[in-house]
Amino acid sequence: MTSTTESPSGTGRIVKTVDRVVIRFAGDSGDGMQVTGDRFTNESAIFGNDLSTLPNFPAEIRAPAGTLAGVSAFQVHISDHDILTPGDAPNVLVAMNPAALRANVGDLPAGGSIVLNSDAFDERALEKAGYSSDPRRDGSLSSFKVYEVPMTSLTLEACKPTGAKPRDAERSKNFFALGLLSWLYHRPIDVTIGWIVERYGKSPVVVEANTLAFKAGYHFGETAELFDFSYEIAPAEHEKGTYTNITGNTALAWGLVAAAQLSSVPLFLGSYPITPASDILHELSKHKNFGVRTLQAEDEIAGIGAALGAAFGGALGVTTTSGPGIDLKSETVGLAVSLELPLLIVDIQRGGPSTGLPTKTEQSDLLHVMFGRHGEAPVPVVAAKTPSHCFEAAIEAARIALKYRTPVYLLSDGYLANGSEPWRIPAVEELPKISVDFAPARPEGADGKAEPFRPYERDRETLARSWAVPGTPGLEHRIGGLEKQDVTGEVSYDPENHERMVHLRAAKVAGIAKDIPLVEVDDPEGGARVLLLGWGSTYGAIRAAALRVRAGGRQVAQAHLVHLNPFPANLGEVLTSYERVVVPEANLGQLTKLVRADFLVDARPLTKVQGTPFRVAEIEQAVLEALAELEAPSGGEDS
Amino acid sequence: MTDLAVPVTTRKDWASDQDVRWCPGCGDYSILAAMQLLLPDLGVRRENTVFVSGIGCAARFPYYMNTYGMHSIHGRAPAIATGLAVSRPDLDIFVVSGDGDALSIGGNHLIHALRRNVNITILLFNNQIYGLTKGQYSPTSEVGKVTKSTPFGSLDTPFNPVSLALGAEASFVARTHDMDRKHMQEMFRRAHEHKGAALVEVYQNCNVFNDGAFDQVTGRATREEMLIPLEHGKPIRFGAEGHKGVVMNDQGQLSIVEVEGVGEDALVIHDERRADPGLAFALSRLALGPHEPTPMGVFRAVERPDYGSQMDAQLLEASSRKGPGDLAALLSSGTTWTV
Repeated sequence: MTSTTESPSGTGRIVKTVDRVVIRFAGDSGDGMQVTGDRFTNESAIFGNDLSTLPNFPAEIRAPAGTLAGVSAFQVHISDHDILTPGDAPNVLVAMNPAALRANVGDLPAGGSIVLNSDAFDERALEKAGYSSDPRRDGSLSSFKVYEVPMTSLTLEACKPTGAKPRDAERSKNFFALGLLSWLYHRPIDVTIGWIVERYGKSPVVVEANTLAFKAGYHFGETAELFDFSYEIAPAEHEKGTYTNITGNTALAWGLVAAAQLSSVPLFLGSYPITPASDILHELSKHKNFGVRTLQAEDEIAGIGAALGAAFGGALGVTTTSGPGIDLKSETVGLAVSLELPLLIVDIQRGGPSTGLPTKTEQSDLLHVMFGRHGEAPVPVVAAKTPSHCFEAAIEAARIALKYRTPVYLLSDGYLANGSEPWRIPAVEELPKISVDFAPARPEGADGKAEPFRPYERDRETLARSWAVPGTPGLEHRIGGLEKQDVTGEVSYDPENHERMVHLRAAKVAGIAKDIPLVEVDDPEGGARVLLLGWGSTYGAIRAAALRVRAGGRQVAQAHLVHLNPFPANLGEVLTSYERVVVPEANLGQLTKLVRADFLVDARPLTKVQGTPFRVAEIEQAVLEALAELEAPSGGEDS
Repeated sequence: MTDLAVPVTTRKDWASDQDVRWCPGCGDYSILAAMQLLLPDLGVRRENTVFVSGIGCAARFPYYMNTYGMHSIHGRAPAIATGLAVSRPDLDIFVVSGDGDALSIGGNHLIHALRRNVNITILLFNNQIYGLTKGQYSPTSEVGKVTKSTPFGSLDTPFNPVSLALGAEASFVARTHDMDRKHMQEMFRRAHEHKGAALVEVYQNCNVFNDGAFDQVTGRATREEMLIPLEHGKPIRFGAEGHKGVVMNDQGQLSIVEVEGVGEDALVIHDERRADPGLAFALSRLALGPHEPTPMGVFRAVERPDYGSQMDAQLLEASSRKGPGDLAALLSSGTTWTV
């Protein structure tokens, strides 16, 4: 809450106007914190605030109740202006039990507010959370404003008219918390009430209990005089248009549907359930009326195999997964490189190696998708940068795959997948057209024979071979993973032909650089010495850090890559025009390695592998340090 | 094009211009010939026919067919064919595989293609050995097999491909062998006509690394007494003038008897259409290996909705319920607000 103005409200209480706030809802993984956060987000989106969200939940579906391992949290940043991240630290922590408090209080800066469910702070719960004394009484929370609300008992009281058993009624306490926070931040309540009816309509008791708990929370805020203030956050100014709040996985799924519609090529998804990618499978499975075929395969390998088989038959073949699935799919990606068929491999990255951190974000698969195949097997790579950008990135990745007849990797990650932001819904006419030409049938000659079809003949400009699908008379041909003779596509072990084919496949992928936008550099004054270079989900934090550095009177340039293979044609020129390139990435410096190798530039990584996104301050700090180093008197090493 | 009559073709039309590169004397040659000679009779078009294979000697098969074909990666052909079959129900899709490809590295894909009842015809060339990698034992090799990788004899119990397929809920399972073109063609024809996944095990001789593995059953001299033909609706009999037959005891176990001793009425009547796969399974266990009298023919052929047709039905239903896909409506399907 950076800037504040105050005015008395009609009830005599003060209404503060703030420009932004970061709220974190935390509770047991069974407490419904994701629903609570999601609903608060939706209320805010409809109210017109800009926002960004960060769900954070354990890999276990139900870790032991009341323990630190079972804490699930949802952070939402809402503001009256354009924001780029879910916030470095919360201003308000809603803690439904001692474990939620203990797991999150460390992130709360001094002066922050804690709203806690005092009913949950009994001796046993404190012990389970690892507290040896009650933090409410031992002074450990003295630097915060603590609001104790007996949420469980107030919820039980509110739900009495429903006749629900106390055990069931208690489950509505997250709606009590939601109601309370909705009052505190002047959120519209009809949106949530409508949603409760829609979501739980099959069970009238649940609808009634949740609605009563929600209203009770709202009214408690209004009447209990626990809070001296309530807060207003004005709507943000957005470009004119119709908006929706969208997560990365939904945007990506819709982008795939759009790509299929725009190219008139049917969509086929072969996929195996895996966190955090499964929601794309779920979403696409709903859209059968678009002709979308989804196959939940027996394993990751079959998922991509089926997608490649469908591609051979003329479909836009897609497989969705996360890192462990990429390991298994690599073999088939190599086959797709050799077959030169369109194929989209979507990698929603998570912490690795191995099973790693299934529900936490990381950007550590970049080198894997670049190089994780035997032989010289180049594959284009596209990376989404924000949740809503997943829509565009999916269309772009599909465009490249279809036009160049190549497998394409589309990278997203756990943060983009589950995070959300308002998205201006594009008009269908604004979307790029994707034209796909299938090879036409070849008529038979006078002798009843067609000219022999040459499946590896290439388009001169794109170097793509033709897409000759079964069912087309005169194009019968055989393809496979064995090396092909250039043009004819026959099996060939000829050494010179192999070298030619290796170069052709590399040239085809490298040539895509002519068909993608140049990388744009944001350097408003043109005098920056340091460039912040990023890719993927670090966009928001990097951009926000650049703005902060500039607000502090310093200069920094900023550029973000969507295309990672090939790089935009001007990238080398851009990088060499700065004295220092700082690359924040959620890995140990994978893009840094690539740009150093390709362009011999002094690029230095800013790494973070904690399963959480960068904080703006961390990147700001790295820029200031780089500037200080460049400005320090030279010759330090010689003195 | 589909409204026109299927053009008359001969074997030549179905053979590609590639030199066949199997070892001279390999059983694969006779299987290839059987298929190329059969296809002109199946009423199918070359452009609608696809052969998909994995890796191994058998997997070279698509190169020799003048149809669409894909020589893919080891074990994955059923998965690739599944994607193709589901998205292109108009095609005739054959998967050509071997015992290593289908039952070892690709075992998972095989069983799932069968249980899903994907509309594909799977030919499993079983030679009980790894040929392309020069002679290691395979998942169908008999216990104690001495090979380069098992100098002291193999330890693993082999798979029985027919039993495995039946256990995987296959709706069509047959067995044939490379010494009898007419029988192969009959089995291929039946498998092709079957709507859903069809598996045909073909006993195939690898004359270089495992020569004569099936001779006791398929050899011309011994065949009459060792090969049990399965004919739907008929008592199961074999041997010279059908002197031997198959009976079932009250435990459901099958055994071979002299017909004279029990009378024909005591023999098991073969029923490939039985919903319960018990009889087919018992028949698949009758011989412990190709050194005992072995049933040949269709073990099971039952009707069950195929995967692709069911998916098509879901697509159609979704379209009629929700109307055809409208992209603008999809993008606005969440909660929206206007600025």
